[in-house]
Amino acid sequence: MKIEIVVFLNILYLKVEITVILFYILGAIAIASAVGTVASKHPVVSAVSLVLHFFMLAGMYLTLQAQFVSIMQILVYAGAIMVLVIFVIMLLNLGDEEKLKENINVRKLIALSMGAVLIFQLTIIALATSSDLTQMSISAINNGTVEAIGQTMFTKYIFHFEAISLLLLVAIIGALMLARRKKPEEIQEGATEL
Amino acid sequence: MMETIHSVPLEYYLALSGFIFAIGVIGVLTRRNAIIIFMSIELMLNSVNLSLVAFSSFLGNNDGQVFVFFVMAVAAAEAAIGLAIVLALFRIKKTVYVDEVNLLKW
Repeated sequence: MKIEIVVFLNILYLKVEITVILFYILGAIAIASAVGTVASKHPVVSAVSLVLHFFMLAGMYLTLQAQFVSIMQILVYAGAIMVLVIFVIMLLNLGDEEKLKENINVRKLIALSMGAVLIFQLTIIALATSSDLTQMSISAINNGTVEAIGQTMFTKYIFHFEAISLLLLVAIIGALMLARRKKPEEIQEGATEL
Repeated sequence: MMETIHSVPLEYYLALSGFIFAIGVIGVLTRRNAIIIFMSIELMLNSVNLSLVAFSSFLGNNDGQVFVFFVMAVAAAEAAIGLAIVLALFRIKKTVYVDEVNLLKW
């Protein structure tokens, strides 16, 4: 499954493989859409740019030869989780975040400076340290297939797999209990508590 | 010499992953809308997934890709529970802004 297409950049006289070009394109769009998710005023715009971000990450997994993870990223994140988020946004009928403007300045400043420090730590230091892992392992070609992942998941990690299924069951029951419409007398009790 | 696939170095993937993680952290710290805070948490989970897959491919070992599935399952459970909490909160307080939810604040 190695991508054999080689692109010639005639201006630079460089031979570059398409996975390298795709890394930069997908990475740039991924960062832009992540910023859009965090910075946009309206929740729907955030959700749509997050879907774009998930698609870019799915492409990034393809450049890493992880085909099954890539498809699951689209199915589970862009398909299931984001539909849930958008459904809740529509259900709540929210407006823009505008009435909180006066009390955010100091907190936002501190948060942004802490974020800048975090970006420095995670990005610059990751780039400054050099490892010998400059090229992908040749066995990565076969590691991303459904067969290989199933082989690992259902032998070595079978207990974790069962534990995850229990977690999902608990989550379903918990979500049902939380989102269930209360009977009138229960709402009365809740109101007096608050 | 081991045979390899040509690609950008591992550090580039890790740096991208760290950058997206930091953007998610900034989102959690600065935004007040509970749903956008959720989406920022999803951003952080996804950036960790990216570094897991990158390590998995560069080391030639697919345990990392199995972990990605577990992270996805936990993220799905977290989204279902979290959005149910937001819905329940909206029914009681008519708001999703975490500033206005100060019942447990002394």
